[in-house]
Amino acid sequence: MRRTWVVAVLIAVASSLPASAQDCPNCRVKIGVLNDQSSLYADLAGLGSVVAARMAVEDFKAAEKGLKVEILAADHQNKPDVGSQIARQWYDVDNVDLIVDVPNSGVALAVNQITRDKKKAFIVSSAATSDLTGKACSPNTVHWTYDTWALANSTGNAIVKTGGDSWFFITADYAFGHALERDTEAVVLKSGGKVLGKVRHPLNTQDFSSFLLQAQASKARIVGLANAGGDTINAIKQGAEFGIVKGGQNFAGLLVFITDVHALGLDKAQGLIFTETFYWDLNDNTRAFAKRFAERDRGIHPTMIHAGVYAGVTHYLKAVQALKGAQDGTRVIARMKEMPTDDPLFGKGVIRADGRKVHPAYLFEVKKPAESRYPWDYYKVRATIPAEQAFRPLSEGGCELVKK
Amino acid sequence: MSTVRDHAATAPLDVTAPGVRHQAVAFLAMVAFFVIAPFFVYPLFLMKALCFGLFACAFNLLIGYAGLLSFGHAMFLGSAGYVSAHAAKEWGVRPEAAILAGTLAAAFLGLIVGAVAIRRLGIYFAMTTLALAQMIYFFCLQAPFTHGEDGIQAVPRAVMLGVLDLGHQGVMYGVVLAIFLAGFLLVYRTIHSPFGQVLKSIRENEPRAVSLGYATDHYKLIAFVLSAGLAGLAGATKALVFQLASLTDVHWSMSGEVVLMTLLGGLGTVFGPVVGAFIVIALENYLAQLGAWVTVVQGVIFVVCVLTFRRGVVGELARVLRRPL
Repeated sequence: MRRTWVVAVLIAVASSLPASAQDCPNCRVKIGVLNDQSSLYADLAGLGSVVAARMAVEDFKAAEKGLKVEILAADHQNKPDVGSQIARQWYDVDNVDLIVDVPNSGVALAVNQITRDKKKAFIVSSAATSDLTGKACSPNTVHWTYDTWALANSTGNAIVKTGGDSWFFITADYAFGHALERDTEAVVLKSGGKVLGKVRHPLNTQDFSSFLLQAQASKARIVGLANAGGDTINAIKQGAEFGIVKGGQNFAGLLVFITDVHALGLDKAQGLIFTETFYWDLNDNTRAFAKRFAERDRGIHPTMIHAGVYAGVTHYLKAVQALKGAQDGTRVIARMKEMPTDDPLFGKGVIRADGRKVHPAYLFEVKKPAESRYPWDYYKVRATIPAEQAFRPLSEGGCELVKK
Repeated sequence: MSTVRDHAATAPLDVTAPGVRHQAVAFLAMVAFFVIAPFFVYPLFLMKALCFGLFACAFNLLIGYAGLLSFGHAMFLGSAGYVSAHAAKEWGVRPEAAILAGTLAAAFLGLIVGAVAIRRLGIYFAMTTLALAQMIYFFCLQAPFTHGEDGIQAVPRAVMLGVLDLGHQGVMYGVVLAIFLAGFLLVYRTIHSPFGQVLKSIRENEPRAVSLGYATDHYKLIAFVLSAGLAGLAGATKALVFQLASLTDVHWSMSGEVVLMTLLGGLGTVFGPVVGAFIVIALENYLAQLGAWVTVVQGVIFVVCVLTFRRGVVGELARVLRRPL
């Protein structure tokens, strides 16, 4: 009888040990993936970003390393008020430690401010505005994948050099479009081109006819699309109907994702030149990642945003493990900046003082239908921009965190 | 449209003395609920619901008591939000001045819109307000100070009246509750005044009110401006609560949402709009994961409400209790 008691107590103690280890507050990490899951940015970020975050946690083997990671997801519907409300509630009520992704620069700037106020952590993969590491930079934010300056610098330069010296901009009328237009215009003017006109369209526009007609009337050689996702797809499709390219003008998609090319089809997208920092068919590591990703996300191959979420979450978890806790977001981000980054998708890199993650960028051209040999074989690399030149120099951003 | 008018006609509206005591009890219960609630419910959610409660009360003043269905009330909510956010952020004025500026701007806008809109009745009135609201929407989309899709972000929550630090969640809640109660009592006072009685007579039969010698256009215009101002008060407060003024608040769907809130809670009841606002905001909050499906859920609820309990939650309750609420 007594022996049974002893055994029972021993079992109880033994079984409670791992449980109490799991309960330690330092091992809990909550990650919120906040993006557009129903509208024009749902394909390039959307549920794919949730898949990428899950894969990062699994590949990190978080459970074996004693971290209990939980992932939440929400749809901000591209509205800054909805997005900031979710962010507040996640931080205040659900004890979320990190928010990742956040397409739509308007929403991202709102979350950037809230994260700073609440001293949590924010890793931006989708949002493009270079202000996130410029005048709106924050000690709680890392901007991972790309930004408007990088896009403008590489695509704008390349196009002006090949003779595209007069531009007309069709710009999405919010923070992202404005930043992309501003940064590209600066590059075009600097390399001796000129801007003949610009027009702003509301986010998520279905009918581009009046904007395209203005672009046609301007007689500019290049019609620069400072928009993204569904807007870019619509503009290019409708542009084909208006005979923009047949009339001797060319589109410059300033921000194009592989999901956009997939939606347009090679027939319509061929010849587009643009900049990305990741392509699934770059090397063995990226191909292996893309294969696993596609299996879990309806055959869709990862965009650079998905890659950025994966890499960003991986690096974040490394910093949390090193600090043994995720509570103090400011410290985790500081730690992320101290440690050099190393992941299978972007290779080795660093995060600068202003929060900018630095890695190479690539100038891609979309293949002709005849050149594509297997599914999702869409890009050829025209140029590689080394990490040091791909992003805005640290001193030019006007970030208050950078010591002058 | 006709359903809305029938509905208003069937709602219990007796304002004789015995009702007042029940309403006082219900009012105290509501105040007690709001004082205790923040200890159990996320305060930011409550503040949002209070702002929309006030917005719905303002809307109800117009449709429930004057029989005017405005389909453009979002313009008052939204533009007041922009004015107060801009004043607080760019001009650096104190919160009370920012809220006042927003409210006055909305009331002024109400004066202009009202003067145009009350010349028509029924569906034409609704369409005029909708058209003017769309003008305001596109103005807000294009005007530089509203920052388009981004909205006015990071609006400071400064110190109010020199002592109340709005940066503190509890203080902010108290201020929002006080503003809500003040607005609510103003609406209550208005509808139980001789002025309110005239409004109701206009709702029931305007030609007769005219034949009795009332300048009905003046009454309707005053009610419109009052309603616009209160909607503006709600919008200005909301901008400070969320530190954000955005296009959502001027979009036509917001004008539809306030109709839903008022109908769901009970058209022409005192407490109905508050209850309706709470239900709608709670749905939006807790169904947020469904994304765009929230609209579908709201639509279904709207249909169910119109088909089965046309007096709304509070209206049906009042009928069961045989007391005006």
